[in-house]
Amino acid sequence: MNGARTAFLGIVRRDVQLGFRNRGELLNPLFFFFLVVSLFPLGVGPSPSTLREIGPGVIWVSALLATLLSTERLFRSDFDDGTLEHLLLSPHPLPLLVLAKVVAHWLITGLPLILVSPMLGVLMHLPSEAIGVQLLALALGTPVLSLIGAIGVSLTVAIRRGGVLLTLVVLPLYVPVLIFGTSGVMAAASGVPSSGQLALIGAMLALALTLCPFATAAGLRISAD
Amino acid sequence: MTAEVPATHRLVGQGLTCVRERRVLFQNLNLASEPGQVLLVEGYNGAGKTSLLRILCGLSDPREGAVLWDGEDIRHCRWMFHDELLFIGHNPGIKLELSPIENLRFLGALGGHRTDEETLDAVLEKVGLLGYEEVPTRALSAGQRRRVALARLWLRPATLWILDEPLTAIDRRGAQTLAERIREHADSGGLTVLTTHQPISLVGIPLVRVALG
Repeated sequence: MNGARTAFLGIVRRDVQLGFRNRGELLNPLFFFFLVVSLFPLGVGPSPSTLREIGPGVIWVSALLATLLSTERLFRSDFDDGTLEHLLLSPHPLPLLVLAKVVAHWLITGLPLILVSPMLGVLMHLPSEAIGVQLLALALGTPVLSLIGAIGVSLTVAIRRGGVLLTLVVLPLYVPVLIFGTSGVMAAASGVPSSGQLALIGAMLALALTLCPFATAAGLRISAD
Repeated sequence: MTAEVPATHRLVGQGLTCVRERRVLFQNLNLASEPGQVLLVEGYNGAGKTSLLRILCGLSDPREGAVLWDGEDIRHCRWMFHDELLFIGHNPGIKLELSPIENLRFLGALGGHRTDEETLDAVLEKVGLLGYEEVPTRALSAGQRRRVALARLWLRPATLWILDEPLTAIDRRGAQTLAERIREHADSGGLTVLTTHQPISLVGIPLVRVALG
């Protein structure tokens, strides 16, 4: 068990380290997220009531696309340089190692998105309760996006130009998170309790956390063959 | 603690068949490796040496046949088998952004081993990389990068070594060091499976040759 923990922490540590060595790649999704959301007030006009109405949707869609943008990195370089083979040949359970990869990926891509989201909420004139709910919804939802994305990448990593295919595989699975995330924030914005939506995203997270690593591990074994 | 019986391991390939892109690379191949032996896989480019090594590792499944470790199919004892295995492939899993020390520490961690600073320094000295510990691997030459990968042979005790072209880009001195290391491994009862196009002096080690193609 101790060995498995060493392996888990070793992966998280290395991937975060790598993220900081390639700062451009780290900041790219974050800039994308920030720019897309901040373009909306310019595009649709600065009227607070319009922005308040579209705000939750815009922020969620942008967060989703920003995550998608960075998802391929999850296994691409590991596949190219042979690290993936070492993951497969580790004496520890592959789903656990996959989970470590996803945790590290979320730490360097999902977490920054969550941290800047309140600022964007203010930009979209969301009321403060809605901003709090949005923070919570993103905190529950972005790990789900990373976990689902990992399945898509594990299946497409062996294909040279797998980007489009990855989008097609993953996007339909992102939709439930988008729907409940947006509707939760909208409910909070209009003063209605949003615990139902949050609970549903939490349930999706529990489901993804338990099932996705196994599916990803199976996908990686096929891709490495 | 009960007295430990010295483990004698055996790697057997039974009726292995490999098909790639509708071409049969090898068919009904049988091989066996005993402790203290080196199995040298030979063949021209594209004969299926790497495919065979990947099958022996358990990275890909043979179309037919099975690989047995101590008489058990490796697909059924994957974790136990991989605990005994050290594989260095064409792409050795070295990240160019990280220093040799960071790379080796990570590859050790994947096997569940924590490696301390002193051991790492000693190993880097063995492969002639002392003074490059903190340099990003990107700044090293092709041969030096290869040496970082080969340093794992000193780091982790493993019974079975599977080395795919370990001598690529390695100079003559390095080849000699590697040959000596393989000899030590064989003397202590380890198994080695090897492909190489470079001459490597393995005099005095029981050698089994497998010719493909």
